[in-house]
Amino acid sequence: MHPMASLPVARLGRTRIALKRDHADTQPTMISKIVETGAEALAGVRDGATVMVGGFGTAGMPDELIEALIGHGARELTIVSNNAGNGDTGLAALLKAGRVRRVVCSFPRQPDSHVFDALYRAGRIELEVVPQGNLACRIEAAGAGLGAIYTPTGYGTILAEGKETRCIDGRWYVLELPIKADLALVKAQRGDRWGNLVYRKAARNFGPIMARAATCTVAQVREVVDLGVLDPEAIVTPGIFVQRVLEVPARGVSA
Amino acid sequence: MKRRGRDGIAALVARDIPEGSYVNLGIGLPTLVANHLPREREVFLHSENGILGMGPAPPPGEEDPELINAGKQPVTLLRGGAFFHHGDSFAMMRGGHIDLCVLGAFQVAVNGDLANWHTGAPDAIPAVGGAMDLAIGAKAVYVMMEHLTKDGQSKIVERCSYPITGLACVDRIYTDLAVIDVTPQGLRVREMVEGLVFEELQRLTGVHLVPP
Repeated sequence: MHPMASLPVARLGRTRIALKRDHADTQPTMISKIVETGAEALAGVRDGATVMVGGFGTAGMPDELIEALIGHGARELTIVSNNAGNGDTGLAALLKAGRVRRVVCSFPRQPDSHVFDALYRAGRIELEVVPQGNLACRIEAAGAGLGAIYTPTGYGTILAEGKETRCIDGRWYVLELPIKADLALVKAQRGDRWGNLVYRKAARNFGPIMARAATCTVAQVREVVDLGVLDPEAIVTPGIFVQRVLEVPARGVSA
Repeated sequence: MKRRGRDGIAALVARDIPEGSYVNLGIGLPTLVANHLPREREVFLHSENGILGMGPAPPPGEEDPELINAGKQPVTLLRGGAFFHHGDSFAMMRGGHIDLCVLGAFQVAVNGDLANWHTGAPDAIPAVGGAMDLAIGAKAVYVMMEHLTKDGQSKIVERCSYPITGLACVDRIYTDLAVIDVTPQGLRVREMVEGLVFEELQRLTGVHLVPP
């Protein structure tokens, strides 16, 4: 069975269209994906939703959006993320609040993953461990509209047990299904009102691929810029993949 | 016989990495290899969290929480380096674009099977990270590890007893005692530490070795 098949589909809004005046622009009305608050950013998330959370360790972790998700109160969530929380903030805080039923990740166990470890040992959270590259390409498959992928990673290991395999051109592959989400929370450096994003250094990690795989992608950006400021040749995530943008200025991190 | 220390093993691996190679150094022991690459030799270090052209650790006070390696340690970016997302990063690995991956191991089997992600202990929380992608993706996989476990068992085995990371993926093994190639004809010893004779290495290793 597809790992997501048993979950209800949250009906999150697509692009939010706001009519408002912007002094930097002469147009009287315009599309804006900018939201003003965390609550607005998370509006419509339902219990049982599958939520992708960007970040590798703490780099690229959208802490403020996770805080907003805790504030929102949605329960029984499935979280798709590389890790299962560090320390007591961000993802770890969401887990600690008891909102997560299931985690899909590549590397839950870390020196500071005590919140997850305790829940897992107490049998209070389900875990699906996915090799990191398979996690990436299953997310990519969802965003690209592919039905499945054949990947060589994991072939012959316990993580491929019971899965369909196939020899193509002399090499063995494992059939893996896409991972899609109702909601993706990502962190980027700068964004504009059309939802175009650029990232910063190795904090980019899962952001661009998760943004493509979710029905609703919310980006927290350190800076909202006017249209045209981002170099079109260097936009990493085109706005079509982003539904909401929340500005969260940097806390002590230099640009 | 003089066993090689961790840095001794790392120096040997570094010696064998040609200029211009795209290389991923796994977490743990393999990270040391970077310290032994001569400055004048240009080698492209890949970190699977999204960096090519990774440089050494920054001086104290200049760490950037958004510039870290796969082990989540602060690093730097060389001039000409690049950032990319996980899809691209694992395409570099899985797609065979990386020339060499250096990994640590619990066990390597005579056919090149690798076990390095899980001890199989029933109470262990499984965590695989990029281990399985790294094991099967690069053009060549070198393992660096102690030759023997703490209680004297060979880590080079007929069949891995720990859970497998990748099948028949290891090309060469660097240990504190020897450098051994995994070939279709079996495990061929390339070199041994000073004072070690082949018969003694054979006795310690257990599985059949082909002499140099």
